Amino acid sequence: MLPLQLDQLTFGAGGTAIINGISAKIEAGPRTIILGPNGAGKSVLMRLCHGLLTPTGGRIVWHGARNGDVRRHQAMVFQRPVMLRRSALANVVYGLQLAGKSRRESELRAMDVLEVVGLEQQAHRPARVLSGGEQQRLALARAWALGPDVLFLDEPTANLDPASTHDIENIVNTIHASGTKIIMTTHNLGQARRLGDEILFISNGRLMEQTPIDRFFKEPASAEASAFIKGELPWH
Amino acid sequence: MTGLGEAFAAAWALVIGFDSGLAGIVLLSLQVSLSAALIATLIGLPLGAAIAVERFPGRQVLIVLLNALMGLPPVVVGLLIYLLLSRAGPLGSIGILFTPQAMVIAQTVLIVPIIAALSRQTIEDAWREYSEQLHSLGARRLSAAMTLIWDTRFSLLTIVLAGFGRAAAEVGAVMIVGGNIDGVTRVMTTTIALETSKGDLPLALGLGIVLISLVIVLNALAAVIREVAQRRYG
Repeated sequence: MLPLQLDQLTFGAGGTAIINGISAKIEAGPRTIILGPNGAGKSVLMRLCHGLLTPTGGRIVWHGARNGDVRRHQAMVFQRPVMLRRSALANVVYGLQLAGKSRRESELRAMDVLEVVGLEQQAHRPARVLSGGEQQRLALARAWALGPDVLFLDEPTANLDPASTHDIENIVNTIHASGTKIIMTTHNLGQARRLGDEILFISNGRLMEQTPIDRFFKEPASAEASAFIKGELPWH
Repeated sequence: MTGLGEAFAAAWALVIGFDSGLAGIVLLSLQVSLSAALIATLIGLPLGAAIAVERFPGRQVLIVLLNALMGLPPVVVGLLIYLLLSRAGPLGSIGILFTPQAMVIAQTVLIVPIIAALSRQTIEDAWREYSEQLHSLGARRLSAAMTLIWDTRFSLLTIVLAGFGRAAAEVGAVMIVGGNIDGVTRVMTTTIALETSKGDLPLALGLGIVLISLVIVLNALAAVIREVAQRRYG
């Protein structure tokens, strides 16, 4: 259903524009990183694309969308995973059954993805007693199980330690390798460099540039981006 | 105060000895209040869930009203149901005034707002946490509401127990619509009121002991459920 076309996309709340006239085309293939400082509007942009928020202006067009619900072909992983009060397996099965899969089919698929994210031993443990890193891996499994064309990730490692972050990044790459388009927000330059193929740099609700990863770090096109890189890099 | 001591001893003997008169009253109390709690749950829980996840005009007013109705005075509920069910009333023809059914109806009316208002709060809090995730997974309102009810089931059980406790402990409503008829509509609270005014303290006290024990057991049960659920499901 890609490319995803954003057309003068605007979102305001209480008189202030959080997203301010963003136009971009996001193609199938490369891992897209939405980068920017805190409060730039990255998460809001992602929620608009995913359909959790309704734009107050502009358009979102999924070109080549197959018949039916575009929501069916995308999934999202949030910064703080929301786990249902049931087993890890049941959390994955829940999403699959909402998507119309039979119980049997859902359980088989769920066990498969839990194995990929390394949670097969925890399948029958209550999801909410898992560690933060495990819960985020479970959230990835739940999203990926749906077989989305596009997977949105909103700062998926912001609350995690380095080891868990490493696990999550590996899983994201596995999902990418399986052919799912990755669109991820982060404010972490190291992570952007490790996981990204192209950067959408957002500042103050505006798209400053859309640049391939190598060029972004060598010669960012916008003054905001070079200031961000300069300001952030000494700590990475 | 030897009278009090004697009354306690006699009351204790009645409780320990499973006095048949006392047992019948306790049994009817449980029947009426459990039925009321069950029916009120079937009405109040879906109502609370619907208000929690739906957005409609007048919603805030409804919430305030529902919260206010939690403090409904039992005697007023009794009076209203009495007027409805009395021979000249709109529902007089079914002829259930002064029967346990009428008492169930009165207590149900009394605790529906409690169960609806408290479950609305619980489910709405959960909804705030879950809504983006459930939307993202493609859950429609109805299935989202079912998920929220299931995920808050232990808190909701505590709410139902609170409703039952309120029903079992009230006296005004059942007194008016039941009539406190010996062997037919006499429950713990109405018996305590009657026997106290008659001066038969042992029976009144015995029932008081049972009633208070029941309330303590219920609260202990609620605490245990919460504790176990917290430990097992996080």
